[in-house]
Amino acid sequence: MTAAGTTPARLPSLAVWKFSSCDGCQLTLLDCEDELLALAGRVRIAQFLEASRAVEPGPYDVSLVEGSITTADDVERIRHVREVSKVVVAIGACATAGGIQALRNSADVGEYVSIVYAHPEYIATLAQSTPPSAHITVDHELHGCPVDRGQLLEVLGALLAGRRPRIAAHSVCVECKRRGTVCVMVAHGTPCLGPVTHAGCGALCPAYARGCFGCFGPADTVNLGSLRGALRENGASPRDVSRLLRTFNVGAAAFGEAGE
Amino acid sequence: MTHGTTSRTLSVGALARIEGEAAMHVSVRDGVVEDVALRIYEPPRFFEAFLRGRGHTEPPDITARICGICPVAYQMSACQAIEDACGVRVEGALRDLRRLLYCGEWIESHALHIYMLHAPDFLGYPSAVHMARDHRAVVERGLDIKKTGNEILTVVGGRAIHPVNVRVGGFHRAPSPAELRPLRERLLRARDAALDTVRWVASFDFPDVQGGWEMLALRHPTEYPMLEGRLVSSGGLDAPVHDFERHVVESHVRHSTALHGSLAGGAHHITGPLARYSLNFDRLPALARTAALAAGLGEVCRNPFQSIVVRAVELLVACDEALHIVETYEPPARPFVDVPARAGRGCAATEAPRGTLYHRYDLDAEGTITSAVIVPPTAQNQAAIEDDLRGFVAPRLHLDDAELTRQCEMAIRNHDPCISCATHFLDLTVERR
Repeated sequence: MTAAGTTPARLPSLAVWKFSSCDGCQLTLLDCEDELLALAGRVRIAQFLEASRAVEPGPYDVSLVEGSITTADDVERIRHVREVSKVVVAIGACATAGGIQALRNSADVGEYVSIVYAHPEYIATLAQSTPPSAHITVDHELHGCPVDRGQLLEVLGALLAGRRPRIAAHSVCVECKRRGTVCVMVAHGTPCLGPVTHAGCGALCPAYARGCFGCFGPADTVNLGSLRGALRENGASPRDVSRLLRTFNVGAAAFGEAGE
Repeated sequence: MTHGTTSRTLSVGALARIEGEAAMHVSVRDGVVEDVALRIYEPPRFFEAFLRGRGHTEPPDITARICGICPVAYQMSACQAIEDACGVRVEGALRDLRRLLYCGEWIESHALHIYMLHAPDFLGYPSAVHMARDHRAVVERGLDIKKTGNEILTVVGGRAIHPVNVRVGGFHRAPSPAELRPLRERLLRARDAALDTVRWVASFDFPDVQGGWEMLALRHPTEYPMLEGRLVSSGGLDAPVHDFERHVVESHVRHSTALHGSLAGGAHHITGPLARYSLNFDRLPALARTAALAAGLGEVCRNPFQSIVVRAVELLVACDEALHIVETYEPPARPFVDVPARAGRGCAATEAPRGTLYHRYDLDAEGTITSAVIVPPTAQNQAAIEDDLRGFVAPRLHLDDAELTRQCEMAIRNHDPCISCATHFLDLTVERR
């Protein structure tokens, strides 16, 4: 019994699901060392395999989905997640854009299998790595490779309070100005994707003297043509620009197409 | 339970509290264990394929994404393999910073495994959150140690998961002594907490089990191995890392998307804390050696269930080492050394929290990668984990399905398998016929 006299069974239920990914985004939840036990008092962690062998059957109030869809079985499983969840939140670059494994989307996946595996016939995989939103309706998307801990707590807190999460839609460039970091591109000619990348990290890379490498994916409104020009003026070759755009968010149209 | 005398089939749901997704299959006929398979379902992500054609500066950021639990291990093996190909060595304060960052990952990962993934097995809870209802102070201690590891990763690396500050040749920016200073207090506390952790986990009950596997780890002339060393084994192997692929062979088995590693002579081996400890007991700092002996460990530990004690000893090693680096830190003159591209082959192995992690890259004259090979620790441990289970299940067939499953899961967690690394989900099926 909690202090308020409600039984734990009446707390909102949280489920965490994993698809193709590195586990880093769900680890972000376990990295909330100061908040984890408090959070566990406010939600019922009904399914979170990385943390608990106690699994409750659905339906669930909130499902966090990590990872991209890369097998026929995944397609069935993500539909099941939608059926048993009131709110689905996709977390991270894999679950919002297909992740780095979406580099296969423009390659020959058969060739990829044969490079890595001696027996390609044992491997079942789809030719495309896609985000859950390509298969089901997703209620909220949290960008980042990995997601930001503060943003994850904001989304969970908002959903618990029954309000919309406050997630900025502007670019890393805005965060960087707010942080007061000297612009690495203007001052040092360092290639930086800050002007076109979704906010959320707090403009981390420029604070560490490197250019943003776009791990939060494209911001809502971007001018990639203009940025490509600026990158080229700073000495980046077309191949450099392509490599810079084709990483963890290559599956997001704005980056993937501009990087071709 | 109403099992027939000759046949019984059961399948149990997901195995939890490991990193990633795998399944376990055990089949028993007439009371004899016929087959044990650790099935890795984690769909392939093809890192070694899409690394081809990338630039020589890209592997640290790209390969970090293989595993969210041990990204630093990937970054360190990747950097050093590329530097090896380009004929550059990173020394001095930059090497110290790398070691400090790596200590941060060992602390975070070992605290996670000890407190959140493994200890609940010994005390009979489904998770650390359940355990906290009865042992709040203990779980809070674990979370505080874990947080200290993450603070190191954040200060040196920029963030805890997929640090942004690592580059081939060193770092994008070296932290100032003032930035590292607050870590000292935190590490003093974490080191005390790690000592308490060793005592706490040593009090658990351990089944009397001895693994017959060969043990493989790095060995350094003076240090407890982390960033480099020679490849040594309990079977007498002592070779440079350049010969790794001659000694550790990967094969592809039907039930797994992770390639199985084994030693060239055919012996199954383990890598990770037990191997590292047993092959490097004399490299432990005095504090850790004393704590290990007081906890009842010998100089060699072959009981996989006691891996939690060894992991706690390594937690102490990492806190002690990180503290030493923080206290003596002098910033490097430049945050990185230049690593100009050249054609060639380079390789490196480092000690990830879960064991020896090998990378090899072939570069062309412009630095474009023409081939990449990555051998993660869990892939090497798969066959030995299966051996452990085969031996473990046989004398326990009298147990009911729920208890047998629980104990099998525990035996798997002994090795802290990271299926994200090996490629991920343990579903346990025991088929009794």
